[in-house]
Amino acid sequence: MSTIDSTAPKIVDPKSPSSNPTTSASMQVPDASGRFGDFGGRYVPETLTRALEELVEEYQKARKDPDFQAELDELLHRFVGRPSPLYHAKRLSGLLGGAQIWLKREDLNHTGAHKINNTLGQALLTLRMKKTRVIAETGAGQHGVASATACAHFGLPCVVYMGAEDVRRQKPNVFSMRLMGAEVRPVESGSKTLRDAVNEAMRDWMSSVEHTHYIIGSVIGPHPFPQMVRDFQSVIGKECREQCLTSLGRLPDAIVACVGGGSNAAGMFYPFVQDTSVRLIGVEAGGRGQQSGEHASPLTYGSPGVLHGSYSYVMQDNDGQTSDVHSISAGLDYPGVGPEHSYWKDTKRVEYTSCRDDEAIESFDLLARNEGILTALETCHALAKAAQIAKTMTRDQHLVICLSGRGDKDAAELARLRGQEW
Amino acid sequence: MTAIDELFQRLKGSGKKAFMPFITAGDPNMTFTSKVLQRLETLGCSMAEVGFPYSDPIADGPVIQASYTRALGNKLKLQQIFDQIQSDRSERKMPLVAMVSYAIIHRQGQEGFIQAAKQAGFSGVIVPDLLVEESQTMSQLCRKHDFNLIQLVTPTTPPERALRIAEASSGFLYFVSVTGITGERTELPADLVDRVGWIKERTSLPICIGFGISKPEHVKLLAPVCDGLIVGSAIVRCLEKAGESQEQALASAEHLIASLLAALEPAKG
Repeated sequence: MSTIDSTAPKIVDPKSPSSNPTTSASMQVPDASGRFGDFGGRYVPETLTRALEELVEEYQKARKDPDFQAELDELLHRFVGRPSPLYHAKRLSGLLGGAQIWLKREDLNHTGAHKINNTLGQALLTLRMKKTRVIAETGAGQHGVASATACAHFGLPCVVYMGAEDVRRQKPNVFSMRLMGAEVRPVESGSKTLRDAVNEAMRDWMSSVEHTHYIIGSVIGPHPFPQMVRDFQSVIGKECREQCLTSLGRLPDAIVACVGGGSNAAGMFYPFVQDTSVRLIGVEAGGRGQQSGEHASPLTYGSPGVLHGSYSYVMQDNDGQTSDVHSISAGLDYPGVGPEHSYWKDTKRVEYTSCRDDEAIESFDLLARNEGILTALETCHALAKAAQIAKTMTRDQHLVICLSGRGDKDAAELARLRGQEW
Repeated sequence: MTAIDELFQRLKGSGKKAFMPFITAGDPNMTFTSKVLQRLETLGCSMAEVGFPYSDPIADGPVIQASYTRALGNKLKLQQIFDQIQSDRSERKMPLVAMVSYAIIHRQGQEGFIQAAKQAGFSGVIVPDLLVEESQTMSQLCRKHDFNLIQLVTPTTPPERALRIAEASSGFLYFVSVTGITGERTELPADLVDRVGWIKERTSLPICIGFGISKPEHVKLLAPVCDGLIVGSAIVRCLEKAGESQEQALASAEHLIASLLAALEPAKG
């Protein structure tokens, strides 16, 4: 339980730190109750408890089962195309004139983003638990596509909840999901974005939990999801660490990743947590400004609270109501963040910052024109910050960007934002 | 001993069952909520559950969700709920239970919330997303302030765990009838009566059944095996047109509640 609880002031100071910042970050988290320091836990209706317990049990068994790991590795290799390359962006590095920039190419995975690493793992668990239906939420549609893909691969029926506003701005992904046989249900409640899609998926799960598995797409939600999704995504960081040792002969100096719920960042950062020489930088969506409602940066501007089943930094008002957030990118348009990021923030292991909409849009051209890579708008947030940071570094230093997704899906939205014809 | 404990003691003595409507605070405003609570008491409801609107309710179906959206859309604040409930306190004998998501409680601090709710006139709280594992501190603080923390068991709760929850609960045990979210159901699960009976034999805590109950048949079926019934969505649905005509909305809620109360006491008259 948080220390805030017992002190009981009428209104909690939104900027008060919630955990002891002097302890250093451990990799041995979460504990048995799903806590990363004070963060995480499980705040869900009793109806879901048994399914979550069952998931913990099955996941622990699977982790220790060499057959499970072998099957997943095989899929990641032959179906997804892993390992994803670590690419030296020489032209971009020269242009910026600072650190050497390396791109961890998760955009080259099958389905075009890191999301597939997690959905294949969870789909395998679904089969092990003998569940016969999958539900998922999606923001940008990448997790929806990755879920639809995993379900088509294994022959599982799949329902994807997606905010109606996101259905509009990420049309190509909606079409892809439907092509693979998934049912996309637009969510009309609330802000019609990712947060509402999570609510609706949770409600579906409340009624269907006995035969349905909910594949959460990020390191959010009740225990064991934050841990499990991090673990499935850690293949990014593990590969990257080895690739750095092979290509550079040493670890990189800095790694930058974008953070919405935070799954690509968690997967990239986790294997480097104890490599304290490596700066880890998470970039949230800074939107249009610092006022509440103008951005989606709970780690930068929010305070600890409860949302979607776990205790973490969140954008809330003084009554505990979730605030509206804004981001140009559907995948980062979320008022909460994974509890392990809150833990890394308070232990100061990871630096969190935010990048505005306009900076992100502008940085799209950096890779498109200089390297021939179209980058997802989510990832553009990391790219924009990384370009600023690289300039402050020297030519013999190395900076890795987690290139979490490709930008084809954003072409139409980008044209609309720039007032160009599509 | 809270007003809820006293109520169940009284009912037990007379062999009667509790009838507990759920209404959403501030739908469409607190003045109307206050009026509804007065009518509920006049109609003979034993107590009432007051839902605190929350932006992201996971356990609630479309009817209650929509009522929360309307209330929050009208800029309802927590303090307004407490203020209105407190100002009607002297005229009300019926105990009130708050139904509050943990996000709201956490933001106030657990003890701060309990003190404010108690001062306003609530006798207990139901926190639908605070599991028994996470509820120790809250439970202790509630005991300290003589306030009930009412916990829930559901069809997916294994028997051992149900007993553990019953032990940790106070006031009464909320028995959720269905695997799912709140909302009216045509039929309730066939094994519901047996499952309630099983736990009834193993706890001295009063048991109230909620979720899905909306018809006199449901009341007739369930009343004999429990200590009270909770009806939410069916009533909230009657009240949802209050923005257009308060009197009409109240009349339709009264009509429904009267029919359910009649089913609860078939011997009457």
